[in-house]
Amino acid sequence: MKSSALVFLAAFIALSASWGGFVLAPQLQLGRAAQVKTIPAQDNYPVARPGLAAQGAEVYRSLGCVYCHSQSVGQDGVKCEIVLTDAGTNAIATLAALGKFNAELGKPTTLALLPKAILQVADMNAADPILKAISSAGAKAQVLVSALGPDMARGWGRRRTVAQDYLYDLPVQPGSRRAGPDLANVGWRWPDANWQLRHLYAPAAEVQGSTMPAYRFLFELRPLGKPAAASALQLSGAFAPPAGFEIVPTDAARALAAYLVSLRADAPLFESPFTAPAAPAAATNSPVK
Amino acid sequence: MTAIPPTSQQQIDNSCRLPLFALFGGAAVWLALSSVFGVFASLTFHKPSMFADCAMLSYGRAFPAWANLLVYGFCLPAGLGVGLWLLARLGRVELAKPWLIVVGAKLWHAGVLVGLIGILAGQSTGFEWLEMPRPAAVILFLAFMLITVWAYVTYTRRTEASLYPSQWFVLAALLWFPWIFSTATLLLQILPVRGVVQASVAWWFAGNLLNVWLTLAGLASTFYVLPKLTGRPLQSYYLALFVFWTLILFGTWTGIPAAAALPAWMPTLSGAASVMMLIPALAVVAIVILTVRGSQTPCGGGPLCFTKFAVGSLMLATVLLAISACPQVSRVTDYTWFGHGQTVLRIYGFFTMTMFGAIYHIMPQLVGPGRVCPRWMRINFWLVMPGILLLALPLVFGGIAQGLKFIDATIPFVDVSKSTLMAFRISTLGEFFIAVGNLIFLFNLLAAMVGYYRSVGKTAFAEATALQPVGVKP
Repeated sequence: MKSSALVFLAAFIALSASWGGFVLAPQLQLGRAAQVKTIPAQDNYPVARPGLAAQGAEVYRSLGCVYCHSQSVGQDGVKCEIVLTDAGTNAIATLAALGKFNAELGKPTTLALLPKAILQVADMNAADPILKAISSAGAKAQVLVSALGPDMARGWGRRRTVAQDYLYDLPVQPGSRRAGPDLANVGWRWPDANWQLRHLYAPAAEVQGSTMPAYRFLFELRPLGKPAAASALQLSGAFAPPAGFEIVPTDAARALAAYLVSLRADAPLFESPFTAPAAPAAATNSPVK
Repeated sequence: MTAIPPTSQQQIDNSCRLPLFALFGGAAVWLALSSVFGVFASLTFHKPSMFADCAMLSYGRAFPAWANLLVYGFCLPAGLGVGLWLLARLGRVELAKPWLIVVGAKLWHAGVLVGLIGILAGQSTGFEWLEMPRPAAVILFLAFMLITVWAYVTYTRRTEASLYPSQWFVLAALLWFPWIFSTATLLLQILPVRGVVQASVAWWFAGNLLNVWLTLAGLASTFYVLPKLTGRPLQSYYLALFVFWTLILFGTWTGIPAAAALPAWMPTLSGAASVMMLIPALAVVAIVILTVRGSQTPCGGGPLCFTKFAVGSLMLATVLLAISACPQVSRVTDYTWFGHGQTVLRIYGFFTMTMFGAIYHIMPQLVGPGRVCPRWMRINFWLVMPGILLLALPLVFGGIAQGLKFIDATIPFVDVSKSTLMAFRISTLGEFFIAVGNLIFLFNLLAAMVGYYRSVGKTAFAEATALQPVGVKP
């Protein structure tokens, strides 16, 4: 290129294109996003965090939790299961209707021990004609939609994270690494703020083999008061404070625990539906049975 | 305009000396400090609770301190310094207003200091690669603009009209950074946008900073230093033009991860752009091979060594970037240490090494021959080069192993985390080598500057105390 104008023009064209694509376009599309209704409950989602949890978000940012914890779960598609809930009054008609979709289902054993999942289909479009046939036969059925993928199997969420989940976050911290588990739904998995506090003080006390650093600087070691502080941590074994002392969380620790408990991105939304009943994993780190 | 006689090289070097001392000297200090934070951050993986009583050195603060000192402390001022030198030398013109550029450089380093204090005190913004709090961001922006203005004035005053490829890259870099940095600071810190748009802006910024700005500034130097060192012309002008266009066209779209909770076209486009980045990278490799081929210049741990290693790292980092943009691979590598390995290879392996090469090429011309110790330079190379490989490769392979274990949900997460520890511990060794190398770089540079000032002082002293009045210098 002989002229500097051409250099600037090239740079300008290239950069303004991506600026339009990755800055302007999402702002136009999502910048005015507002609360939506969950399905089918029609609750508002998301709601702003309560005060202490909002302060905790600042602690989370300030401590750089994002360098080890993502807040973004993914899913590999969905599983749609048709669950027969009521055989209706005309068992023969129901079995005939079901038999059209799968010869095995036409047998009388299908109607025993209801409700049960009878068929797995690719999506809601595939489920519709089956549901229609079942209801014309006088029986009742529903579809259970659940998300699939390693994040779901680990119990880290019930659906993938969507843009709506971040609506009121500032800063939005989806994270880029998982040295520790994803926290998008940590409040659903570990709803007890005291557990969160004990875990922050001594991660290995709560999760065996944890590689997370302890955050002892968020706690105070105090001589045992009379009476003992209500907020003192209940610790045992190697992690317990020396006799005559107690471990008391600072305001920052309590705020952070409140924030962690408030982290749940598990409302069923139009763009990420699920209907499977809630069954949180026993622990973040336990394998799937 | 009347024809101005081309400025002599000595005059150009004189005008560049102080600004480049200010930019390179501060950069070397930040680089050394950054690698100390890198070692601290790394140590957390050896003994998780090592800094449990010290918020400042906890991983969540030491890591962003490492990253920001590396990028804003070292990469940007070093890149600016080399860029200014290229504009002056290639334009055959003295640097315009060197003292204002010195002010800009000092202001920049002050901004980095404010940012570092902010991060350590917990005032990080929470956006990766943009952690420095608002006051620091404003200072950095003003400092960059101050330097950019005089860089541009220097460029317009050039007496050599025809443009050399390095100049395109410098000019584009001068335009790029203020644009992306002001957009990101404005939309994330001053008038924050809502919800996930923040994430999109932050990813766009990081992609443009790491994949475009660093590459532009690094290649500007590569395309100048290689022909200088080998005594062969750049092969070729048109390949360099091709690199320029493809780099800015594709690179600017990179940065958005596959798993982003954004409209699907965005991560898809970003992934495609990441794969396309192979095109400029391959062209760069072709340029380097064609230019260096047949040259008799020994590598010997000098600037040529640094530059060659840098280009190899750029290629490797780009291959990793392209691979991890494929959905089948990103499924495994997303959220693992793989991405960090790629970034480290790009920043340390490519950019820092390019800058080492360029600075070791430029400094002797500023401080006079014999003041930059070639022996320490070689030691610097032989520490940093294996250090980078020891740091980046375990992260890459460890990241793949981590990802493969992760997608098997029957493996408990604690075991997944633990499986990366060995890789991480090897990488600490790399951090340590790099830290020592960076310290040697700092001392080598400072010693050269001090040596220069002492000789200037001696001459001045001799002149002042001479019996006879000193006339025109011979």
